Amino acid sequence: MAQSLAKEFTKGLWAEIPPFRLVLGLCPALAVTKSLENGIGMGIALTFVLVCSNLFISLLRNIIPSKVRIACFIVIVATFVTIVELLMQAYAYELFLTLGIFIPLIVVNCIPLGRAEAFAYKNGPLLSIADGLGLGIGYGLSLSALASVREILGNGTLTVWGGIPAFTMGPDFLPFKFLLTAPGAFVGLGLMLCLMNLIGKK
Amino acid sequence: MGDLFVLVISCIFINNILLAQYLGNCPFLGTSKKMETAIGMAMAVIFVLVLAGALTWIINEYMLKPMDVVYLQTLSFILVIAALVQFVEMFLKKSIPALYGSLGIYLPLITTNCAVLGVCLINIKEEYTFVESLVTSFAYAAGFGLALILFAGVRERILLARVPKPLQDVSIGLITAGMIAMTFMSFKGMV
Repeated sequence: MAQSLAKEFTKGLWAEIPPFRLVLGLCPALAVTKSLENGIGMGIALTFVLVCSNLFISLLRNIIPSKVRIACFIVIVATFVTIVELLMQAYAYELFLTLGIFIPLIVVNCIPLGRAEAFAYKNGPLLSIADGLGLGIGYGLSLSALASVREILGNGTLTVWGGIPAFTMGPDFLPFKFLLTAPGAFVGLGLMLCLMNLIGKK
Repeated sequence: MGDLFVLVISCIFINNILLAQYLGNCPFLGTSKKMETAIGMAMAVIFVLVLAGALTWIINEYMLKPMDVVYLQTLSFILVIAALVQFVEMFLKKSIPALYGSLGIYLPLITTNCAVLGVCLINIKEEYTFVESLVTSFAYAAGFGLALILFAGVRERILLARVPKPLQDVSIGLITAGMIAMTFMSFKGMV
């Protein structure tokens, strides 16, 4: 049991890491990765939604009729997204403002729905929590990696939490502003995907 | 009238939903491998988004606001969109089978297209009137279609090119999208 739990957890961190191996949830990956802080915030929000929705769907999997399962999944996911939205409004208002529309859009992010359909609906609650936790943390890590590259090269700083840069490149550094614009986001993610493919296929 | 025109231009080009607001990227990459599927997806999005924009505006204004439950926005909107997509699918199947034949397979995908929910939420956030919401919904959907069809044209050519192995498929797709986004950036400052 412990072994299979560990297996479900670790697959989200490398073998099926979203959004690289599991190409889902691209929109927030492009939109919120202007600074590391936003990437981490999005990762935490998604992990919370994913773990809770996976848990509840797997607990209710014998009750939910298969014909209306998608609608049920959407309601469960949307409920937890609303909870995250309200929590962030109360305790992390700055972050809530920067992430803006992308918090409610976790509902249609495809990762929670995809995992509900592919995993939680077929497996027990413990395994589903491990799966959700692994994929959520994996997503947070990918977002943080992309955000670090974009922030360091594009702005010359690295902000971990609270809006104060933890690290700056110094006055001689010329920021590569292109990475902070929309095209930069697309090209950055594309190149990162290429890098992942290079490492993955030795 | 002039204001509405400016709104349309800015929604299609300057704030293009795909390339400037980063919404709806999954279907953007998923259905752009062939021109045919791209056109089908674009049409389906325009059709559903205009209906969804109108419906969610009405729900927000006449149901959520009077009952003071605006925090249920996300939940109610996604349910409305899901039901609407299902309804449109059944309606087309019964009454316009020809159109269903070409749009049918794309309709279920639209429920999870974040551009649809995204535009509905933007309409509410910007406090547009009913007419403005209708116009922006259409303009955003048209912008989505334009970008998708342009991208599909480029991508059909890429299929013939010799792309290095690690860059293939999604990776080169994203970089191409970046190039197209760059051309759309030049519209900035127009309005």
